[in-house]
Amino acid sequence: MLYKAFLIKYAEIGLKGKNRWVFENALRDQIQFNLDRLGGFTVSREQGRIFVECPDGYDYEEAVAALQRVFGVSAICPVCVIDDRDWENVKVKVGDYVEAVYGTREFTFKVEAKRADKQYPVESPEICAGMGEYLLNRFSNMKVDVRNPQERITVEIRNKAYVYSEILPGPGGMPVGTGGKAMLLLSGGIDSPVAGYLAAKRGVTVEAVYFHAPPYTSERAKQKVVDLAKIISAYTGPMKLYVVNFTDPQLFIYEKCPHEQLTIIMRRYMMRIAEAFAKKDGCMALVTGESIGQVASQTLHSLYSTNAVCEMPVIRPVITFDKQEIVTIAQKINTYETSILPFEDCCTIFVAKHPVTKPILSIIERSEEKLGEEMEQLIETAIKTAEVITIEQ
Amino acid sequence: MESYLDNAATTRALASVKDVMNQVLTEDYGNPSSLHIKGMQAENYIKDAKETIAKSLKADPKEIIFTSGGTESNNMALIGAALANRRSGNHIITTRFEHASVLNPVLFLQEMGFRVTFLPVDAEGHVILAELEEALTDDTILVSVMHVNNEIGAVQDIKTISGIVKAKNPEILFHVDAIQSYGKYTICPKREGIDLLSVSGHKLHGPKGSGFLYVRDKVKIKPILYGGGQQKGMRSGTENVPAIAGLAEAVRVYYTDHEEKVNHMYELKARLLKGLSELPGVHVNGLPADGDIRKTAPHIVNIGFEGVRSEVLLHALEEKGVYVSSGSACSSNHPALSGTLQAIGVEQAMLDSAIRFSFSVYTTDEEVDYAAEQVKALVPMLRRYRRK
Repeated sequence: MLYKAFLIKYAEIGLKGKNRWVFENALRDQIQFNLDRLGGFTVSREQGRIFVECPDGYDYEEAVAALQRVFGVSAICPVCVIDDRDWENVKVKVGDYVEAVYGTREFTFKVEAKRADKQYPVESPEICAGMGEYLLNRFSNMKVDVRNPQERITVEIRNKAYVYSEILPGPGGMPVGTGGKAMLLLSGGIDSPVAGYLAAKRGVTVEAVYFHAPPYTSERAKQKVVDLAKIISAYTGPMKLYVVNFTDPQLFIYEKCPHEQLTIIMRRYMMRIAEAFAKKDGCMALVTGESIGQVASQTLHSLYSTNAVCEMPVIRPVITFDKQEIVTIAQKINTYETSILPFEDCCTIFVAKHPVTKPILSIIERSEEKLGEEMEQLIETAIKTAEVITIEQ
Repeated sequence: MESYLDNAATTRALASVKDVMNQVLTEDYGNPSSLHIKGMQAENYIKDAKETIAKSLKADPKEIIFTSGGTESNNMALIGAALANRRSGNHIITTRFEHASVLNPVLFLQEMGFRVTFLPVDAEGHVILAELEEALTDDTILVSVMHVNNEIGAVQDIKTISGIVKAKNPEILFHVDAIQSYGKYTICPKREGIDLLSVSGHKLHGPKGSGFLYVRDKVKIKPILYGGGQQKGMRSGTENVPAIAGLAEAVRVYYTDHEEKVNHMYELKARLLKGLSELPGVHVNGLPADGDIRKTAPHIVNIGFEGVRSEVLLHALEEKGVYVSSGSACSSNHPALSGTLQAIGVEQAMLDSAIRFSFSVYTTDEEVDYAAEQVKALVPMLRRYRRK
C-alpha cells in the first residue's frame, strides 16, 4: 500500500479557545475508537493536527470509511511515508509517489513544504524549488502553477519525510462526546434516524427510546429499529436503546379520549416517557425527527401541544427540511433502505381518518384529565419494564 | 406452550432426515459426477431417492428431476414446457388463484408473447369446468392447475380436469402444482393424466432447498438451467445430494402408514373447527356448502374473524406461542391482500381478517386445543379496539 498514514484535518475545533485541547482529545479518542475495530492503528495529536499511523496490511478502503464516520474530521489526507529522509532519496520517492497517484494525467501543480524539523539541511524554499524542478524534469505531463494549481503536493520533513496531495472529505461537525447527551425518540421511519445522526454531528452523545406495541406491531418492526440504531451507531458510537412496551397506555388512551386526539395525546406521553429516561441518564435534551407540517401531529399547533409536556429543550434537527432533503441524508448514511421496510409502527395502528391538525392545548389537557391515576400507573409500569439494549458495531 | 400451526409454510425436518443429511455432508460427500468410489456412493443416494419417490407416484425413476424446491419446479415446468412446444401453439391456461411461483412465470411467458387465460374459481375454490372447456383452443399447449390451494386448502378434481384437457387435444401438457398436496394425497400421475408435477421437500418434513419435478416419460420440456449437463441435461448443477437424500427419507416416512396420518390431520381440522364454533363472527373460508371437510385438504384451515385484523391476531397469538399465517406466508410479506380470498369471492371487509392454521402429521390434539383456547380469549379483546 502506497499510504502508510493519514493526516486528519479539523475545521471548527481550530476556532476554540483555551478548551481546544478538550475537543482535540475527544476527536483523537473517537478516531482511535473507530479504527480499533480494524486493527492496530496509532492515533496521535500533534501541533494542531491528528496523525494516524497504519499497521502493515491494513485495508485502505475500510480505514477511510471508518474515518469518514468520525464527526469533527473535516478532511482526510492519505500520506506516503518516506523513512530515509536524505534529500536525494526524498526527491526520488516523491517522484514515485506522484507517478503512482497521477500516472500520465496532465495537470498543474505546486509543491508546498513543511519543515517541522528545523535542523534539516534543506530549507523550505529550497524544498519547494528543488522538488518542483525534479518533478518537471521527470514528468512531461506536469506544469507548475503557483497561483491556482490543480494539485498541491505537500512535503513534510519531520523525523521522517511525508508526502501527500489527495484530500478526502470528512463528515465535518464536532467530535461525539463534546456536546453533552440527549435522548432520541427513534421510530422505524426515515426522519428520526437522520435526526439522531444530525444531533450526533454536533458532538452530542445520543441515547434512544423506541415505543413498540405488541401485538399491533411485530417483532420485525422492533428488529428494524434495532437495525437502524446499529447503522447510526457507526457515527454516534455505542448507543443505549430503551424499548418501551406502549400497548397498554395506547389502548387506554383509545378507550378514554376522543379518537381524533389519539395521536397527539400519545405523542405527549411518549415525550414524557422519553424525558423520564433522559433525566435518569443525565441527558440535557430530547431529539425528535419532526418536520413542520409533515403529518397531522407535526403541524406547528401539534408541536406546540406536544412540546408543552417537556421541561428539557427538544432538538428537532430536520424541523425545516423537506421530505426529499431528509431522504437524501438517509440515503447517504445508509438508513433509508431499512427505514422503508413495510412494518407498521405504533403511531399508525389506530390513527384516526381525520386527526386534529390544530389541537388546542387546553382541550387536549382536559382530555388527558380523564385518564387520571390509572394512566400514571400504566406509564410508570411502561418505564419500569422497558428493555434496555446496548447497540454497537 | 408452543403450538406451531404454520405447516403449510414449512415443517420441521425429521431427525432421520437430519441424520442422513449429516451422513452425506460429512462422510459420503462425493460429487455424483466423479468417477471414483466416492462419486459412486453419492450417485447411489440419488438413485435410491429416485426409486423411493417414483414408488410414491407409481412412476418410473427416470421421470424424476431433482430441483431446489417448489419454485424451481414450477418455473421449469411452465417455462420449459412453453418453450419446448412453441411450434404447436401459443396459448396457456391457468387459474386466478395460483401461487406466485406459478403466476409469475406465467406472466413472464405472457410478456414473451404467449397468450394466457386465467380461469375463475367458485366460492369453494374449484375451477369452473365449463369455463375450462370454453377456454381450450387449438392453440392451447399447456394447462397448469394447483392441486391443493395453499391458502384455503381447496382441492381440485385433477382427473376430471385432465380428462377435459386431453379430450380437447391429448398433446396439451397438463401441469399440476402439487406442493401442498404431495404427501397429503396419493397421487398417481399416469392414472390422473398428469404430465408435469411440482413438489417441494420442506412441506413434508424434508429439507428446505429440496424438491422435484415429475416429467412424464416422452414429454419434452426445455431445461431452464444450462451447464454441466447433470440429470441428463435437464437440470445442470451438481446435484444437492444431502437435500435429495433428506427428501427421499421424508417421503419414505410420510408414505408409511399414510392413511393414518391423513386421518389424524382431518381429526385435527375437525377439532379446531369445533373448538372455535362457539365464537361468534367466525367464517371458514373455502368450506364446501355441505360442510364436509373431507372434500378439502386435511392440513389447511382458513378462518376469517370479523372485526379483527389478521396481522394483529397473528402477533397476539405469537405472544402465546401459537404460530399461524395471515393469508399465506409467502404472500404475507407483501401488504397486498390475498389473491385467493378475492378469487373465491370473500367480501372486502373480511379479506384482511383471515388466518390460516395448518397442521402437520405430528401436530397434537393438545396443540390444537391450546391454539383454539388462545384464539377464543384474544379475539373478543382485539375486537374492542378497532381502527375507527
